[in-house]
Amino acid sequence: MAVTVSIPTILRTHTGGEKTVPAAGDTLAQVIDDLEANHGGLKARLVKDGVLHRFVNVYVNDEDVRFAGGLEAKVADGDNVTILPAVAGGAR
Amino acid sequence: MLTIRRDLVDAMVAHARRDHPDEACGVIAGPDGSDRPERFIPMLNAARSPTFYEFDSGDLLRLYREMDANDEVPVVIYHSHTATEAYPSRTDAKIAAEPYAHYVLVSTRDPHEHELRSFRIVDGVITEEPVEVVESYRFAHTGPDDVPEL
Repeated sequence: MAVTVSIPTILRTHTGGEKTVPAAGDTLAQVIDDLEANHGGLKARLVKDGVLHRFVNVYVNDEDVRFAGGLEAKVADGDNVTILPAVAGGAR
Repeated sequence: MLTIRRDLVDAMVAHARRDHPDEACGVIAGPDGSDRPERFIPMLNAARSPTFYEFDSGDLLRLYREMDANDEVPVVIYHSHTATEAYPSRTDAKIAAEPYAHYVLVSTRDPHEHELRSFRIVDGVITEEPVEVVESYRFAHTGPDDVPEL
């Protein structure tokens, strides 16, 4: 399955400045492995110990994958995968 | 240096006061490449906490899509500290992921006098920067006493 992945500003160092890149896979995990094959270093920014980083949000089309199986979320041909770092923090 | 209109500063402080004692948060978007904050977008603190803030994930996606469609970027990302100084915490520095944004902190710990400071946060490294408050970007570099008479 071919998908389009939107890359946030902070990760564009891994994609030569590109805002969107193509990738392939049937699940988000496969898409991330395919991204890593072409843009080394990306996977470590997204996944830690086999799960998505707490402060990285990934969406398949309009859905946050946390509510759709996480790394096992299914993707379909033509889907848009969007990566956005969380905007969060606080005095704690 | 962050150069910012007074009405936008007032809007951030008003939002921080309104949500006190919970932390308030939001963005001021501006044209890509301009470094000029223009469009005030208060966000909901999904954590609803006095010690933590986080944009709701659905709101975050809509915000970035809207900015993309307008050729805008988050020039300012602001939040409040309600019991501590207006300086980024270790958590703030660790999570910050917009290397070109001005991170503005507003402290509301004093009920009468707020504190507002601005920082760059790149790879977890915090650098404070001066804040120049102006009435209008047209006269941004003329100083507060040099605005031409109408």
